[in-house]
Formats: sequence, C-alpha cells, structure tokens
Amino acid sequence: MVRYPEKTEVDFVVIGGGGAGAIVAKELSAAGFQVVILEQGPYLHESDFEHDELKFKDIWEPPGNIGQEVLTNNHSLQPNTFRKAANEKAVRAAFVQYGRCIGGGTVHFTGNYWRFHEIDFHERSRWGDVPGASLADWPIAYQDLEPYYTKAEWELGVSGLAGASPFDPPRSKPYPLPPMPVKSSGALLERGARKLGWHAYPAPMAILSQPYKGRSACAHCGFCDQFGCEWGAKSSSLAAVIPLAEKTGRCEIRPNSYVRKISTDPRGRVDGAIYFDSQKREHLQRAKAVVVCCNGAETPRLLLMSESNQFPHGLANSSGLVGKNFMVDLGSMCLGTFEHPLNEYKSVRVTRVIHDFYDSDPKRGFFGGGGIDARFEFYPISFALNGLPPDTPRWGAGFKQALMENFNRTVTIFTHNACLPLESNSISLDPELKDAWGLPALRVTYKSHPDDFQTMKFFSDRCMELLEAAGAVRKWAVPIGDATAAGHLLGTCRMGDSPQHSVVDKYHRAHDVRNLFVVDGSSFVTSGRNQPTCTIQALAYRAADHMIEAAKCGDI
Amino acid sequence: MTDGAASRRRFLLGSATGVGAAWLELRWPAILAAAAEAQQAAKSGQAVFEFFTLEQAAEVEAVAAQIIPSGDKPGAQDAQAVYFIDRALNSFDHDKQRIYTEGLPALESKVRELFGGIDRFSKLNSQQQVQLLTAIQDTEFFELVRIHTIMGFLAKPSYGGNRDQLGWKAIGFEDRMSYKPPFGYYDAEYQKDQK
Repeated sequence: MVRYPEKTEVDFVVIGGGGAGAIVAKELSAAGFQVVILEQGPYLHESDFEHDELKFKDIWEPPGNIGQEVLTNNHSLQPNTFRKAANEKAVRAAFVQYGRCIGGGTVHFTGNYWRFHEIDFHERSRWGDVPGASLADWPIAYQDLEPYYTKAEWELGVSGLAGASPFDPPRSKPYPLPPMPVKSSGALLERGARKLGWHAYPAPMAILSQPYKGRSACAHCGFCDQFGCEWGAKSSSLAAVIPLAEKTGRCEIRPNSYVRKISTDPRGRVDGAIYFDSQKREHLQRAKAVVVCCNGAETPRLLLMSESNQFPHGLANSSGLVGKNFMVDLGSMCLGTFEHPLNEYKSVRVTRVIHDFYDSDPKRGFFGGGGIDARFEFYPISFALNGLPPDTPRWGAGFKQALMENFNRTVTIFTHNACLPLESNSISLDPELKDAWGLPALRVTYKSHPDDFQTMKFFSDRCMELLEAAGAVRKWAVPIGDATAAGHLLGTCRMGDSPQHSVVDKYHRAHDVRNLFVVDGSSFVTSGRNQPTCTIQALAYRAADHMIEAAKCGDI
Repeated sequence: MTDGAASRRRFLLGSATGVGAAWLELRWPAILAAAAEAQQAAKSGQAVFEFFTLEQAAEVEAVAAQIIPSGDKPGAQDAQAVYFIDRALNSFDHDKQRIYTEGLPALESKVRELFGGIDRFSKLNSQQQVQLLTAIQDTEFFELVRIHTIMGFLAKPSYGGNRDQLGWKAIGFEDRMSYKPPFGYYDAEYQKDQK
C-alpha cells in the first residue's frame, strides 16, 4: 500500500472508510487521483474475526448494551447523550451505533440489500405534506440511481432473484449470483404469506451464494449479523472494495485516525483534515478536496465541530440543517415457536422478504410502509437473555426448560419501517459532555412522528397474522416503543437543489463549499424502508463518478 | 476452529491493531490472559480462582446452580459457570467487582435473616435457596449473577465456563465453520415440495 509523506497534499482525503467511503476512495484512486482514507477505527482482517458471541455481539439487555463493542463505536470512550425534545436536558445514553473499523457497518451488517423503490424518491409529491414532518422529494429519481444500483450489486457481489418480487423496481441486469438457499424461517414466511395472499421472495443479500471475483462462497456458519465474516463471503466494503483501492497504488488507508476538524483556507475552501493518531498526537492531512463519509451521526458532528470564523455555525451549514432531520431504523418484531426444529443458528440471517406493504396507502390513515422478513435475531447468550416467551421464568427449572425447548424452534418476524424526517430530530454537540479525546459528545434529540408508531403497530399486526398462518405453536409481539438506539443513521445533511433547504446538492457537493463532499446516509432525504446500505453504496458510486468528472474538468 | 487458534487470533488482534485502538488495549489483553490461564488450568485439572475466595466461589456457584439447575440435562454447575464469572470479574467486567463484593455479604445477611442459625447460602437446602433467591430476584446483584451465569453456560469455553460445550449441547447449538442445506425441518420439507 502506498504511504504518502506527512506534508503531501493529496487530491482527496476521504474521512471514514466504511460502506460509502471505501467505494468513493476506490473509485477516485482507480481514476488516477491520490487518496488518503482517514478512519477512526482499526483495520481488521478476516483472521481477526471469530465465532465469539461475547466478544462481537452487542447484547442489548436493559439498561443498555452489555457487549464489548469491538466492531462498533465504544460508548465508554465516545459517549452519547439523548433527549426527546430540545427543551429537555440530554442525559448520557448509548443511542447511536455504527461500524467503527475499515469497512464500517458493512463488516458486521446482516447483508440485507434492498434497492429503494421508485416511489421512495418522490413520496412528498405523491402523498402530499405530512403535518409535523419535513417530508420532501429527493432531487434525483430512481432512474438516476439505477445504473449505480446495478454497479454496486455486480462489483460487491449480491445474491438474489430478479423479478421474484412483483413489487421490485425496474432493473437493467439481474443479480450476479443466485439467491441463498432457503432456511426454515424463510420457508415458514413463504408458507404464511401464501395463505394470506402475500408474496414472499428470495432475499437480496450482500453475501456470496457462489464463489465470486476470487472470494469464497458462504459456508453457512451462521455468524453474520454483528460478526465479521471469516470467509470473506459477506460483501462488506472491507472484503469487496478495500483490496481494489489498495491495488491502485494511489490509495493510502490510515486507520486509527480520528478527525476532529476539517480545516479551511481564507477563501472559504476546505484544505485538509486535522486528526488524532493512535497515540493522540495531532496531524494535518492536506488535500485539494475533502469527502466526508462518517455516517449520518458522525458526519454532522464533524461538520459542526469544524466551525470557524468563516463558518460560525459549523461547516456547510448556512441552511442550519446540518444535523437536522435525523432518521433512524424503526420497526417491530414478533416471535413464534414451531413444532419442529428450525436450527436457525445456521446460515445467513434472512432468506425471504415480503414487500406487499412497502408503499404508503392513504386508506390506512397514516403515512408509512415497510418490508417484513423472517430470521432468528439471536445467538445462544442473547437468546437466553431476550428470546424466550414473555411469561417464561427468568431463572430456575422453568427457565432452563424453555431455553432447551425453544432455542431451535423460535423464529423472529422482523419489520423494517419508514421513519419520517422531522426537523426537531437531530444530531448536535453536547454542550457539556466530552469524549475521551476531549471533543464534544454526540447529542441525540429524537422522538418519532405519530404516523411512525401507527406504521409499526400496523406491521406488528401483520407479523402476528403471518405467524398464525405459518402454523406457530405460540406467538407474541414485542411491545412497540420509540427508538432507544439506532444503527441506521440517516438524513442529517439532506440533499436537495435549494441551498436554503438542503446541505448538499444532488451530486453530494456541499452547497456552501465547492471542494467539500458528503457521501453517506446523511444525504438521505427520506428513509426508504429502513434498509439503507444498498442505496448508500449506489449513491457512493454515483457521487464518485461526478467527482471524477468534475475534478478532470478542474471544477473542484 | 480450535481454542488454540482462537487465542492466537485474539493475540493477533491485540498486537496488530491494539496500539491503535485504545478501547481494545483496555480490555483485550486482560481477556487474552484470562482465557489462556483458564485453558491452562483446565488442562492441568487444577482450576483456580483468581478473584473469588473458595468460600465466595462456593456461594456464587450455589446461586448459579439455582439459576440454571442441573437435571436431565447439565446445568450451570456442570458447565462450571463459576469459573467464567471469576475470570470475567478479573478481565472485561472488572468494573463490576463491587457488585459481588457488596452483594455476597448482603446475601449472607439475607440468609441469616430468613434462616437464623445458617450463615451460608450454599448450606441451605434447595427449597430454601429458591425461597431466598425469590426474595432478592430484583436486586442488581442477582441480575448480574443471572446474566453472568447465562454467559458462563453459553459463552465460548475458552472463557472458562461452558465446559466441554455442555451449555451449547444442552440447547442444541453447535459451533462449526460450515453447514450444508437443509438446515432445519421446514426448509427440508420446502425443498421436497419443490421437487
């Protein structure tokens, strides 16, 4: 791998080497530009991962996460504060979770890889205003992004069956790989859906069902969600993109580099990034342009921390919208037990998905829709703590009996729902609490829109119908509540044509700063249906194309 | 994957990337040492306690044995969950030591309060133990022992508990690097119907 001497001014510095940043860096370096990735987390490899639930799984047990946070942000060093509304004092809480390593969240993600549907880009025009929300159209349409969805699927390696869902948007190419073999959870979801007249289809997964581009196929070991893949079969940007970026000889990957400020020159252009290395020594990496890919929570935090005399309210924030319209992963969950063993601890999480209720429907009386999948949301420890029927004793012979009987007979029906954008939901800097580097802690202000609760309730009811139709012996719904944690971090630097009403333009360039780009979930105008990775990565390929074009014309 | 390979990986993680990741530095060398020691102790057949005294260990083990009792299938005592707890309190959960150092004397007081004349939880009969734990089941101490017992039953054996994978076997979990479909009853049935 290339290493640039300390004082080198490179063409692009990419802050954040995750799902989006790795793609942008690879595309830029392949096009001939000098690139440095500054990633706050470590650079791990397949040999660092293992089947160790205690080490890798984040186990949420009230009052919080009792996991070790190896692949994700560590809240003891980088605390969050949380409040429901701006007039409350925020209190310390582990709210925001993101992948904190090279590859970012794609290292530990489940691999669900849904495209947005056409409607996702113009819901405001289609359904009108939703009182209390800041619903808006995207400045791009599905057709603008379609080639990049295809590019992402083929470059990264996605398994699926084109045309299997009657609700799928048009696509120019099928998936590069056939779908993963069905699991018992998928077979049961399909059984239930068929009885109800709905359509379960093979899940599109960013996991290789067959060997692809020199990487091995999934061996069905079962340790996907929350784990790094030991086979390289999960199509994380770590496995599928970073090696290509390194091969260009122009992309330096600098892990353990925690950026505290994007620096600006007297002309109001950005000229580099100031960061701490692993020893907390400060460095400046100079660059002709800066691309921020830190995720929907850390990106606005960094822009706000980058205030200066020229940008007193934070960088690229003349609209006042940096950090606003924060959207999270909402959904509901029901569980059921079945007569025969499912052995859901094997293979990938999800093999069937239902999109019959994806779109909003005014007849329901509220805005929102979503997708449904079937999975087993647990590993042994987390199952014993959180997976048993609600009336199970918490200890003793009855607890043990339920644990033995249910571990291999339980299925989770999981829904992925729209989250309305609200200007009052935000990421900001906590005025008091600091992280272990002395930087302001990330403060979350969040309360779901009433329609979001109705959406989750509607989906929870559909899940119970599915479990009934699939023949569950027992079924129960996890009570619906507001988000107390979030892993899909969206909307905080929304894209748009108007500098007054958005932070970046439709090519991810900051309205206020010509050589600053923001590419990650923060660009989202609406949430889609809580499966953002595919769209984040398609946007990254598209944004990189435009950066390359602009840079070659001297337009950066 | 053998436990030896797992330790090697943990070692690599600690050495190759630990310098850069302050949080790894904080926790993983301690875990590595604890795991290595637990394995060594298990091999030599002389498991020793690092945090607990023998008396404390007996008390914790007795509580754990009520949380996941032995029976037709092994329980927490058979899986030696108490060794896991001992290691955890000297490594990644060292900040929770206080809950045990304060909770164990409180447990003793409760024993005396409910069953005057007896001073140890482990000396109560099973019915008395259940009665006592029911009385303290909402305390921070009990909740932590409960979580730790579950972990000691179901975490990787290299952490000191889940001896011979007894916990995994009891719930029907296997730790393997690969499987082939069909995985369970309903997908096997589904494949049959497709043919």
